[in-house]
This record gives sequence, structure tokens and C-alpha cells, in this order.
Amino acid sequence: MSLQATHRDAGKVTVVDLSGRITLGDGSALLRKTIRGLLEDQRKLILLNLADVDYIDSSGIGELVSGFTAVKNQSGDLKLLHLTKKVRDLLQITKLYTVFDVFTDESTALGSFN
Amino acid sequence: MASEIKHLEMTLETIVESVNLAEEMCLRVAEAAGFGEDDCYRIGMSVREGVINAFHYGNQERPEKKIYLAVDLTADKMIIHVLDEGVGFKLADVPDPLAEENLLSTSGRGIFLMRAFMDEFDVVPGRTGGAEIVMSKKLPDPGSASPNGQGGQNAAPQQGA
Repeated sequence: MSLQATHRDAGKVTVVDLSGRITLGDGSALLRKTIRGLLEDQRKLILLNLADVDYIDSSGIGELVSGFTAVKNQSGDLKLLHLTKKVRDLLQITKLYTVFDVFTDESTALGSFN
Repeated sequence: MASEIKHLEMTLETIVESVNLAEEMCLRVAEAAGFGEDDCYRIGMSVREGVINAFHYGNQERPEKKIYLAVDLTADKMIIHVLDEGVGFKLADVPDPLAEENLLSTSGRGIFLMRAFMDEFDVVPGRTGGAEIVMSKKLPDPGSASPNGQGGQNAAPQQGA
């Protein structure tokens, strides 16, 4: 299933709802385009909702890291919400679970952007 | 069921679509061989990463080059070969993606994931002069296979790649 991305504003934070696979090709490209587009619109506080993302490969991981770095470089913040088990396991074995702020509750996640 | 399939091979174009094609083909073989869901995920991911490696690093995304995928089912394991037409590389030269200085790298995790997800993994010089990834997964014990493949907890991180 190809990646789908929609975003909504929650105050100063933009929540990006993703569903599908973040993999080499269209999936990674769409994630990159979405994050870069938000940064161009000066939306620098981003919460990626990965509840419906059941698969990420190394290319997708790289794109998450690239997005994280791009947002941080503009003094913004990018956090993750609702990881599926496979995605959580993948971030754990790659040690990225300690890099990203990860949340299981949206209101808590939104409140953390200060 | 595994005894019906002994050897499969295919030649892939150096295009992004080959990654999905290789993954799907190997997933079918793994399912037919009796692997559970979790092991199929690990095998599929490893094939995917092997072909991405060949596509991007080995063949440098040059469309005139080919990627060779082969799968062998022996009595006790599934063996996967991914061969490119690049110049080859040494595992020892691959940076450790878990090293502090590499954690925010946007690439370089494919080899690590293959090593983590498969039982055996190696890179050898291929007949093309490129790199040949050889990796295998032990077939599930017919008496202990579960739908979720919980017998294979091989995803522990390994150092060095």
C-alpha cells in the first residue's frame, strides 16, 4: 500500500497523519515533500502520526531522520505518535527510539511542544 | 511443501520497482516454506534491503546494470543471494549505524538490518566482480511453527555494520 499523507493544524502544531508504507521510492519521497512543504509554510512544529504505518524500510528510516534534522535545523521540532509494533521495534534496534520523542497519546504529544 | 521448491532465480532491472518485486517473490517462497508472519517480515525486509543495496550502492542506479536474485531451499534453511554489477565492498568498511556519530545519518542501515534479521549473513566477491550478499534463515521446526513465528527472536542488534 502506497503512503498517504494528510495534515491538520492543532494550534501551533501540525499533525501529519500517515498511512501505508514508508519505503524506497514514492513513500519516502512523499514524506520528504510533506515535511519540506510544511517548513516552507513556516510550520516548524510537526507531529507525525504513524498509527497506520505498518512498514518502514531503511530508506524510510533515513527519510524520518532527514526530516527530523531539517526541522531541527530551522529551530523546529518533529515528534512521533502512535508507533506500530514493527516500527517501534525497528526504531529500537537502530537506536533511533532514543533520538525521537515518541508518544502514545496525541494530547500529551501536543502539550509537549513548548 | 518446502521440498517442492529447491531453487529459484531471477534477473532484475536496476529500477526501484525491482525492490518490491524481489520482496514479494521471496515472501511467497518463505510462506510456502512454512515461515510464520514475523519471520516472513524479517526475510522480506532483508531481501528488500539487499536489493536496495544492489540498486543504489552496487549498481549506482545505472539502468544498464542487472541485479541477480537467487533463493535456495535446503532441508534446513532458506538461502538468499543478491548479486550486483558494481565493484564490491568489504563488510569491515561499512560504518556502524549504531555509533553515536552515525545515529543521525540518513543512510547506511541496510546491512545492519539484514544482519539483525537473518540467521547468517555475509558479503562475498561475486562472479560479476560486484558484491554478492548471501544470507539465510533456518526453516521453522514443523512441530513448533506458530502463526506469528515467535520462535525466531533474531532481531537483536549486532555491532559492526
